[in-house]
Amino acid sequence: MHSRTLPYLLILPVTVFLGVFFLYPFVLVAQQAFTTGAGFTFDNFTKVTTHWKFPTSFKNTLLLAAAVVPVQLALALLMATMVTNMKKGRDLVLYVWTIPLGISDLAAGIIWLAIFEQSGFLNSMMQGLGFIEQPTNLISYQSPMLVFVAIALAEIWRATAIMLVILVAGIGLIPKEYYEAAEVFGAGPWKRFTRITLPLLRPSLSTALVLRVILAFEVFAVVQALGGTLFPVLMGETYKYQFELLNGGAAAAIALIILVISIAATLVILRVLRVPKGASI
Amino acid sequence: MADISQSRSSGRFVYMSGVVLLCAWVLVPLYFLLINTLSSPEAVNAFPKSFIPEFDLGSLTFFANFAGMLSALKNSIFVAAITMILSIVLGAPAGYALSRFEFRGKETFRFLILLTRAFPLPLLALPLAVMFIRTGIDDTIFGLALIHTTLALPFSVLITFSLFSGIPIELEEAAWTLGCTRLTAFTKVILPLVLPGITASAIFAFVISWNEVFAAAVLTIENRTLTAFLLQNLDTSPLHLKFAGGFILVVPALVFIFAVRKYLFAMWGIANR
Amino acid sequence: MAEIEIKNIAKSFGNYQALHNINLTIHDQEFMVLLGASGCGKSTLLRIIAGLETATSGEVWIGGRRIDHLSPKDRGIAMVFQNYAVFPHLTVFENIGFGLRMQKLPNAEVERRVHRTAELMHIEQLLKRYSGELSGGQRQRVAVARALAMEPDVILMDEPLSNLDALLRMEMRAELKGVLAESKTTAIYVTHDQVEAMSMADRISVMHQGRIAQNSSPVEVYRNPSEKFVAGFIGNPPMNFLPATEVSKGQWSVAGCQFSGPEAHSGAIDFAIRPEDLSPADTGIAAIAKVVEPLGAHLLVTCDVEGHLFRAVLDSDLALRAGDTIHLAPQQDRIRWFDQNTTQAICLS
Repeated sequence: MHSRTLPYLLILPVTVFLGVFFLYPFVLVAQQAFTTGAGFTFDNFTKVTTHWKFPTSFKNTLLLAAAVVPVQLALALLMATMVTNMKKGRDLVLYVWTIPLGISDLAAGIIWLAIFEQSGFLNSMMQGLGFIEQPTNLISYQSPMLVFVAIALAEIWRATAIMLVILVAGIGLIPKEYYEAAEVFGAGPWKRFTRITLPLLRPSLSTALVLRVILAFEVFAVVQALGGTLFPVLMGETYKYQFELLNGGAAAAIALIILVISIAATLVILRVLRVPKGASI
Repeated sequence: MADISQSRSSGRFVYMSGVVLLCAWVLVPLYFLLINTLSSPEAVNAFPKSFIPEFDLGSLTFFANFAGMLSALKNSIFVAAITMILSIVLGAPAGYALSRFEFRGKETFRFLILLTRAFPLPLLALPLAVMFIRTGIDDTIFGLALIHTTLALPFSVLITFSLFSGIPIELEEAAWTLGCTRLTAFTKVILPLVLPGITASAIFAFVISWNEVFAAAVLTIENRTLTAFLLQNLDTSPLHLKFAGGFILVVPALVFIFAVRKYLFAMWGIANR
Repeated sequence: MAEIEIKNIAKSFGNYQALHNINLTIHDQEFMVLLGASGCGKSTLLRIIAGLETATSGEVWIGGRRIDHLSPKDRGIAMVFQNYAVFPHLTVFENIGFGLRMQKLPNAEVERRVHRTAELMHIEQLLKRYSGELSGGQRQRVAVARALAMEPDVILMDEPLSNLDALLRMEMRAELKGVLAESKTTAIYVTHDQVEAMSMADRISVMHQGRIAQNSSPVEVYRNPSEKFVAGFIGNPPMNFLPATEVSKGQWSVAGCQFSGPEAHSGAIDFAIRPEDLSPADTGIAAIAKVVEPLGAHLLVTCDVEGHLFRAVLDSDLALRAGDTIHLAPQQDRIRWFDQNTTQAICLS
C-alpha cells in the first residue's frame, strides 16, 4: 500500500501554497525591512521609530489591546457560562451572540459610526432625554477619550464572538461529572467556575487569547472608519507608508514590529496558560 | 424554603435580564444600521434621528447607482468564491492527512499551519503586491483571492481535520474490507458524512474573504472589492453611502453565520487541541 | 478451501515489538479464537490478516494464495468491527448490500443475498431503517449480516460482542456460533473474554506479549495450560500456585503435604491446582479462610496457605466462616507442575 507517500501527497498542495504565499513573502518583508537599496541596514527602523507619530500609534495599539482584550475575555466567559446553563432558547441566543463573528471590522466601524457621528443615535438619544440642546461632535480632536471609547466599544462589540465560540466549544469538552463531583464535595457555583472550569479551559483560553491578541494588534479598519487620523495605530501607519508615502521599506519595518509584539504576546500567553503534561482532560 | 425559592427566582431574573441585555448589546447597533439604510439620504443626515426606519429605498438606490459600487460588489463575490474553492480544495486533503496518518514531519506541518494563524497575515500583502506585479497578476481578482486563501487555509485545514477526526476510522476500514479502494471508500462513505461540515467550512472561508479589508485595499486599485472601495472612499463619501455599504457588507454575513451555526462550535472543539 | 497460514509475522511500532514471529495455521472452516488481555497483539494480528495493518515481516496465505501484499478488498475476507461500523448515512439494506454493490452484482442478486442474510440474522423488519434508529444489538446483527452477505472465504471478528450487555452477549454468542457453523466459512475471532473463547472456539490461541502462548482446543487450554501465564489467565478464579520442595525422588512437599510429582527435575518448581478441583477433607493442605463468598451454586473461599493466596470453589452447603482453618484435598489427576524459572509446564511422563 502506498500509505507511506499518501499523507505527503495530501499535504503537498497546502505546503507549496503556504511556501509561495506565506513563507516567501515573509522572507521578502524581512528583507525589505532591513534594506534601503544599499545592503543591510537598520535605517528603516530608525526612520519609522523616530517619526513623531510612532510613539503615539505604538502606545495607542497597545492601550487599545490592553483595554479591549480583558473586557472581551470577561464578557465571553460570562456569556459562555450563561449559555452552558441554558435549557430553552440556547440555539437562538448563541446565534444572536455569534452574529458579530461574520461582520467585518470595516462594517463594525461603520455601524458604530451611526451611533457616534454628530447627527447619530447617541446624540439623538441624549437630546431626546433633554441632556443636550444641540448635537455635539463626539469624535473630534477635543475629545480623544471619547474617540478611544468609541473604538474600544466597536472592537468589543465585534470581536467578542470569536472568543465566545472557542470558549463554548471548550466548555463543551469538559465532562459534566467533574462539576457533579465538585458539587458533592461542597463547591458552590463560583468555586466550581474558578476551580473546575477555568483550569480545564486553559487550552481554549490560550487559543482564544492568542488569536484575539494578534488580531487586536492588527486593528485597522474599525479605527479608520471611526477615528480616521484622530487615533493613529500601527497598522494604519503601515498602510500610510505603503500608499501615501510609497515607502515599502518603512512599511515592512512596522510590519515586523507588529510581528515581534505579536510573537512576544503569544509566547507569554502560551507560557502562562500552559497545561502540565498529563493534566489535560 | 420560601427564602430559597425567592432567592432562586430573583437569581433567575438577574440571569434572564443578563441574557436579554447581552442580546440587545449585539442587536441594537445592527438595528441602528438598518434604520439608516432604510431611510432617505436626507433623513440619514438629519438630526435628531428617528428610531423607526421610514422604509425609504433612497440610500440603497444611491448606493446601487454610485459609480463603481456594483462592480466592487461583484468583485467581492468573485474573490470570496475563488477563496472558498481554493481553501477547500487545498485544505481538505491536508485535514484528512492530519486526521488519518501518522507521518514524519506531521508536527512541523501543524506548526506551519499554526504559525500562519499567529502571523499578521494582511502584512504579507506588501511584498506580494511586488511579486504580483512581476508575474502580471497585480490588481486582479485572482491575485487577491490567493492571499485571502492564505488567510482562510489554516482555518480550513484545522476545521476539516476536526471533521474527519469525528468520523470513526472503522467506517473507512469496513468499506475497505467490503471491496472499496481508498478513493471509493472516501467518496462512498466519508464524503457523504462530512459534506455538511465541509460546506460550513467553505462558507467560513467565504466570510473571511468577504470581510477582509487590508490586503484588498493594498492589492487592488482598479478592481476594488467592496471593502476596499468603502475604505478608500471613507473620507469623501457621504454618510448614507457608508451606511448602505455597511449594510450590504453585513447581510451575507448574517445569513452565513446562520447557515454554519451548528458547526461553529464543533469546529473549534477539536481544532483547539 | 480457505486455510489460513500465518508465516513468521512480526510487527513493530517504532521501538515497540507488538508481534514476535507468529506462526499459525487455521484450517478450513475452523473457528479460531485469538484470546488475550488488551495490548497482547491479538487485534494487530487480525488487522494484519485483514490488510488494515502492514506486517514488518512475514507472510499471510489464504487458500494457498499469498495475500499480504494485496489491499483488503482483494483478500476474500469480510470483517466485523468492535463498534460495528454500520454506515450512518445508509439504510440497513444498503449497509448489508454495500459490499455486493461494490462488486457490481446485478440488482436481483444483491436483493436476494441481502434478504437471505437479513433473515438469517433476524433483521428483515429493519431493512429500511438507519443506524441511528437501531439498538446496539441490532447494529451488531447488521454488521454480521453485512459480512456474511459477502460470502467470504474468511470472516474476521474483532471483539464483536464486547459492546453488548451481558445477557445479549450470551444470546448472540450462541447465535453467532450457529450461523458461522452453517455458513461454512473459516473464522478468526478476537476477544479478551475467556468465556466467549471457551464456548465458541474450535481452537484457542492464547496470546501474551506479542507471542502465542498456547494454541489448542478449549478443553486442552483449560486442563493442560502450557505455561503459568495461561494457567493464570484462563479460568475464573484462576489456578492456584504453591512452591514445592523435593523430599525424595518424585516426591514433593507442598505446604506440609506430600504429593508425587516430576522426577529428576532441576530447579525450583510450583505445584498448581484449579480452585474447583479441591474438596474439604480431614487431611490435606491446611488453609485459613479469609473471605467466604456464597455465589449461589457454590462457595468461593479465599484462603491463606503459608502466606500464599489460595482459592477454593466448594459446595455451597458447607458451613464455613472467615478465620476457620480447613484442610483441602486436591484431586490427584488434576495437579499440574510448572518450572518457576521458565514458567513452562512440566510433563510428568
